[in-house]
Amino acid sequence: MAMIRVEGKDHGNLVLYTLSTCVWCRMMKNFLAKMEIGYDYVDVDTLADEERSRTMDEVRHWNPQCSFPSLVVNGEQCVVGFSEDSVKKALGL
Amino acid sequence: MNGGPGNPTGIDLYYEDLAAQSKAAGYHLNPDSGFVKALVEGLFLNQERYGYPSCPCRLASGRKEDDLDIICPCDYRDADLGEYGSCFCALYVTQAVLQGNARLASIPERRPPEGSRTHGEAPVREMARPSLPAWRCRVCGYLCAREEPPATCPICKAAKERFERFL
Repeated sequence: MAMIRVEGKDHGNLVLYTLSTCVWCRMMKNFLAKMEIGYDYVDVDTLADEERSRTMDEVRHWNPQCSFPSLVVNGEQCVVGFSEDSVKKALGL
Repeated sequence: MNGGPGNPTGIDLYYEDLAAQSKAAGYHLNPDSGFVKALVEGLFLNQERYGYPSCPCRLASGRKEDDLDIICPCDYRDADLGEYGSCFCALYVTQAVLQGNARLASIPERRPPEGSRTHGEAPVREMARPSLPAWRCRVCGYLCAREEPPATCPICKAAKERFERFL
């Protein structure tokens, strides 16, 4: 899948599902950038057909509501939506 | 819609229209104009992509009949304003938020997941049949009794296709 890598400090395996048009998703990316944390992300709205439905299956696995942003931490837990507090808590910041 | 892709005037006009329409309908846009402009860019892009301005914070299917409930303003705006003080995107906020008495945060998704959405469910059957059908605007709740829904909601200006049979 077309995951985009953002280099930064290692806080575990972070996979972020976003929409390119979503402002809360943008705030999540900005916060991770501000904290200089490395992660992988994909803007699901820019994917087509097969790739989109395969990616949505992944999102659905972690967040049945399929809302954005969804941040999967170490393949163990998923932070849904954006708040600094919930991201800090999940990453132990 | 004015302006084509990549035309900044189009986005500016969209923003002005949105501000005027919201004010006329008694709704408030988020006072953070940078935040609103970013959402307007998303709405504008979705208009270009799909032919309708679906919610920038939700994934549209591209099939209009499946996305009707998330065409901005979405069917969930009023309930979210009531419960959280903002819509899902925080494009619309309440008077209390506008006056700085409440803090905005990302809110839970109210839209039911795919597969459990109930659009166009049958109206209640327990009541006596009225002489005219009643139509409900799914965006603002406006009710009217007439043969067909109006072409445009007189209250919130939503299109005819956003109405459901109520009685």
